[in-house]
Amino acid sequence: MPSFQRVLLGLFCLLVAVLLLAPTLVVIPMSFNGNKSLAFPPVGFSWQWYDNFFNNPDWTTSFTNSLMIALIVAVVATVVGTLAAFGVSRAAARTGGLLRALLITPMVVPGVVLAIGIYAVYLDTHLVGTVTGFVLAHTMLAIPFVLIAVQASLEVFDRRLETAAGSLGAGRLTVFRTVTLPLILPGVLSGALFAFITSFDEIIVALFITSPYLKTLPVQIYSSITRDADPTVAAVGTLLFLATSLIIIAGLLFGMRRGRT
Amino acid sequence: MNAPHRSAGAAIEIRKASKRYGAFTALKDIDLHIRPGEFMTLLGPSGSGKTTTLNLIAGFTDISSGALEIGGKSVTGLPSHKRNIGVVFQHYALFPHMTVGKNVAYPLTLRGISGEDREKRVKRALDMVKMADFSHRYPNELSGGQQQRVALARALVFDPPLLLMDEPLGALDKKLREWLQLEIKRIHRELGTTFVYVTHDQEEALVLSDRIAVFNGGRIEQIGTGRELYDNPATLFVGRFIGESTVLRGAAEVSGNETVMTIGDQKVIAHGRLAGDARPVILLRPERVALKRPGTDAVTDENRLSGTVTEAIYLGSGSKYEVRLKDGTTAVVRSPLGAADFAIGDAVDVAFTPADLILLPDDASADVTLT
Repeated sequence: MPSFQRVLLGLFCLLVAVLLLAPTLVVIPMSFNGNKSLAFPPVGFSWQWYDNFFNNPDWTTSFTNSLMIALIVAVVATVVGTLAAFGVSRAAARTGGLLRALLITPMVVPGVVLAIGIYAVYLDTHLVGTVTGFVLAHTMLAIPFVLIAVQASLEVFDRRLETAAGSLGAGRLTVFRTVTLPLILPGVLSGALFAFITSFDEIIVALFITSPYLKTLPVQIYSSITRDADPTVAAVGTLLFLATSLIIIAGLLFGMRRGRT
Repeated sequence: MNAPHRSAGAAIEIRKASKRYGAFTALKDIDLHIRPGEFMTLLGPSGSGKTTTLNLIAGFTDISSGALEIGGKSVTGLPSHKRNIGVVFQHYALFPHMTVGKNVAYPLTLRGISGEDREKRVKRALDMVKMADFSHRYPNELSGGQQQRVALARALVFDPPLLLMDEPLGALDKKLREWLQLEIKRIHRELGTTFVYVTHDQEEALVLSDRIAVFNGGRIEQIGTGRELYDNPATLFVGRFIGESTVLRGAAEVSGNETVMTIGDQKVIAHGRLAGDARPVILLRPERVALKRPGTDAVTDENRLSGTVTEAIYLGSGSKYEVRLKDGTTAVVRSPLGAADFAIGDAVDVAFTPADLILLPDDASADVTLT
């Protein structure tokens, strides 16, 4: 009975979707809790935790710190990662493979190990608690994501188009600007998005190199929840969930529009 | 006319040019002179060096040794984007993120041409290839033939003195290919640009070219008009590559000014003799030989080889036969309309005069390369 199988399949998909989403969705009712507790189900209703997030300087500063660092990381990692992807895909196969393996190590090495190493170096170089320190560490973590995304685009990019553009009178840089970049842009943009997210929600390294004067949002969430179980965390979670959903929906719509033409 | 301006075509002079990739030599000491405005085809099997030659002219690779001049100026070391040469590729190479109009405008924009002037020239180039109505389409909305016409417009819109085409019709079906061949020929006539065309299809070369350079194993075997190559091939390779042919091999003796070859138990007399001590072979063109009933219709000086018809094909414009000769060779014969008909299994004589045959030095590579 095919229709019965379809129903069964549908139910199973729904179950998977619920399992994936439930932990995230639980945060939403919690953020409107009337009491100062993270109990579920929540008691009462209030906007106070949202109010707290937007008006408490602990939260606002950590949020702007995270936003600023993540934006810088997105730019730097995208530029460096894109260049690296070019190097890897245009080098001889063996050299390229080695370079690639080297470049994605930050993804493979356990975060704590990296964090300890970074912390040790930062103590000596006085980079603990600095924006430069955060940007450097997060860029390193984000480069592999950009590399992989851009390399995937480059693999399907037809290099003969560059030859053609050259024959029509375009120098190397013009070829890159007018032909190569526009065609690998989806890869570059998704790389940038990954880089942004990598930095924005990074916690392990951040916990090591943070200082009372420079906290990122994940550090603030962590310390808030370990210190006083404050539902502001749930409010932040809800806001982030909304923001990511919007970005992903926009991305899907954009992709659909591109796919049609 | 809507065609772009007639431009003075550029001459190309290649002297003693070689191209090596590591230990592999793709081109060995080739000499090639192409006249301004000429339609020159580089013809040969794959790996013969024809595309390498085109890439050298285009500037996609550098010459290893020798000289290359375009329009009287050495272009050694000059990158392709500074050579001002139009190139059309087999795979079209249209930019998928630009409309047809943007694609054609691209080389103009690079040359600082904008506004109305650019629009006018794009329109003119698209009119020339009959694609003006497709200006707002994207390449992936076009058929292969349409894409190649757009690519042609893009390569010509900036009035280059030289257009290079690398098997541009290779990916298209036969009907479309034949039609586009005539279009390319017309455009060449209208523009006066020098065209250099690479193909492995000898028929295409004959249709299009003023002259043809036949490549084999990194060398040029012969340069000439289609007629010269067909009637007077310089080598066995050229003779076999251009047109259909039958090759006869046998023990040969030279007596006076004649070469006598024994094929099976029959003798074939050819006028002239080969210089040097190369082993001679005889090349027959299918329409220069006749099929006759054994022992009938004798003509003076005629050579006759007896055999059996193994294939008879009616072509409308005539008939084509394959005849198995006594020594095992298969001879190809084309009879005009009105000639006697033969059926499979008929015993026949393949008849030809010494003037109808071509005497050439044997060359084992001619057989190997063609398979």
